[in-house]
Amino acid sequence: MEPRVQKKVSGWGRFPVVDATVYRPEKRREVPAILASGHDETYLARGCGRSYGDAPVNGGGGLIDMSRLNRMVAFDEETGILECEAGVTLSEILETFVPRGYFPPVLPGTKFVTVGGAIGNDIHGKNHHKDGTFSMFVESFDLLTASGDVMTCSKQINSDVFWATAGGIGMTGVIVSARLRLRRIQTAYVQVDFVRAKNLESALATIAESDEHYTYSVGWVDCLAKGGSLGRAILMRANHAPVEALPPGTTHPLRAPVKRQKNVPFDFPQFVLNPLSILLFNNLYYGIHRETRGKVMDFDSYFCPLDGILNWNRMYGRRGFGQYQVTIPLDRPDGLVALLERISRSSCASFLAVLKKMGGSNSGVLSYPSEGYTFTMDIPMRPDLIALLHALDKHVLDCGGRLYCAKDSTTLPETFAAMYPRLDELRAVKARLDPNNRFSSTMARRLRIA
Amino acid sequence: MEALIEPQAAAECSNPAVVVLGSTSPIARAVALELARAGCDIVLGARDEEENTRIACDIAVRTGVQTWTLAFDAEDFQSHPALLGRCIELAGKLDGMVAAFGYMDEQAKGQAEFAVARRTIDINYTACVSLCELFAAHFEKQPAARAPFKKPFIAVISSVAGDRGRQSNYIYGSTKSALSAYLQGLRNRLFHTGVDVCTVKPGFVDTRMTFARDLKAAAEPGAVGKSIVRAICKGRDVVYVPWPWRYIMLIIRHIPELVFKRLRM
Repeated sequence: MEPRVQKKVSGWGRFPVVDATVYRPEKRREVPAILASGHDETYLARGCGRSYGDAPVNGGGGLIDMSRLNRMVAFDEETGILECEAGVTLSEILETFVPRGYFPPVLPGTKFVTVGGAIGNDIHGKNHHKDGTFSMFVESFDLLTASGDVMTCSKQINSDVFWATAGGIGMTGVIVSARLRLRRIQTAYVQVDFVRAKNLESALATIAESDEHYTYSVGWVDCLAKGGSLGRAILMRANHAPVEALPPGTTHPLRAPVKRQKNVPFDFPQFVLNPLSILLFNNLYYGIHRETRGKVMDFDSYFCPLDGILNWNRMYGRRGFGQYQVTIPLDRPDGLVALLERISRSSCASFLAVLKKMGGSNSGVLSYPSEGYTFTMDIPMRPDLIALLHALDKHVLDCGGRLYCAKDSTTLPETFAAMYPRLDELRAVKARLDPNNRFSSTMARRLRIA
Repeated sequence: MEALIEPQAAAECSNPAVVVLGSTSPIARAVALELARAGCDIVLGARDEEENTRIACDIAVRTGVQTWTLAFDAEDFQSHPALLGRCIELAGKLDGMVAAFGYMDEQAKGQAEFAVARRTIDINYTACVSLCELFAAHFEKQPAARAPFKKPFIAVISSVAGDRGRQSNYIYGSTKSALSAYLQGLRNRLFHTGVDVCTVKPGFVDTRMTFARDLKAAAEPGAVGKSIVRAICKGRDVVYVPWPWRYIMLIIRHIPELVFKRLRM
């Protein structure tokens, strides 16, 4: 019998918190054994649980923690293709391969995500406008389906299952391993250009004008600024640094300096993050950033600044928080302005708000990214905010935009279905592979995906 | 003129090599990975060949060292002498051996079924004696090790459970107690021929054994692996991992039996 434990679990935002039976297989063959045991009605595979809302939990059901199935099986130096199990994290890939001159093809705001989770949410990074999502670099993956069979899926073989699984938040089965193509790099550093944009209009103009010159592009937005400063931003755009760009005397171009991990050891009281403290933070943050060109930064500082602080989600206190991430199509910048106006009027502004121009969408049925501006912000969880979020959802939908499953915990099923018109394609694949709905999650039930 | 490298000299410039037995456990995997990071080639012995191969590949991909797998069954005592020979065949010169296999079933089962108690004894104690004697005799004959080790070594995973018998776990605990006493004697003997013996006593580590109990204080296997390898390199005799267990067990050992027998531990 596989060891299991009844536990309260949540996503990274710590809202909602649900009860689930948690399993943590140590061997590959334990995964089908857990499914076959029939102890729980439904199961969901989980990686690091870094999705914010209810996507990584399965209240009242089984939750399979894949973190121990993290073996790297093979690596081809020529092609840069890594074959590994689903529980390998991008952090482990960075640690292992940066010193050898390879980099994950797509890196989100945190490196503490698993390969399985990266596929299941079809994650994107600061290079989406150039390179697309994580699944674009997945040569193939092995999916354990409800029948107990392992199905190898790629863009050529079982491609309908591949595209239903990429972004399919675990509804087709358990991804057990994958083959992914890493990117070659010369150094562990990036060269960053910082641009201060005094308002949203100027930020969008700069993005439209010159994003194509950068592999990575992202902007921090002050969502408390009003009037003529609405949407003032710091754009941080970067390319991998060549060896010549490093300061003379850098002995190991592929070794980034090791930094000390900080930790948030306890839940902050609710009052720490309030409109005033966030206002102060935002003014300070905007103030200290100067226009700079070609600043050499190590990859951690540029890609995952918050990873340096363990358990930073505790800053939002015990009530937890959500993240709101939506895309507004390129032809509706007015929709983006209206969204920011609503947010800056409300009292839910956060110190982490991010703007990025996304490239085109791929064939993923529920893959989130589509051409447009994606806007992301943290929201401390309060019951009165749900109505506001629903109103924002409606606005986004009216603009022809959509929201990101990995961040969501409140959207209504009708809104979701309207945002993802191909939802029935996922249901069709699921009906074929998993007719008895063995794979489910709190999110899937809320959004009536399965 | 090119100098020909003598075979012995070639062995000196190759990586040190360590045998890890019971390599599919999380602690063993962590120790093996840490040894590989320190530059050792690794021979991995385990019963579950499929999992063992995955772990061997993982270590090779992550660190670039050479790894080999070996079918190893602690309970098959007859197979042990050939095992040592096979390790030497694979890796050439050996610098150390880590015995990380073990078996723990529910205490109640051991009380009710002698076969379960006996299996616990056979794996945790008898098999260790059989293997340690073989490796000890081998290391005694070639008392020199390559960096980062000072001497050839035998490191064995015992347990804090062996420091005092408790009602909830005494069958398992007594096998580890016997093992720890055996290792004391072995260390005493091998000291005179320049072989290190390291007794490792893990407290709660986040493994399959502790997962279902949802212990918040259980240590990460990775961190435990690092501490164990550090202790081996320093030639330490007895190491508690994580270190506070040394003091926890110091207190537990000193509770008078008159009091202890009344506790429910």
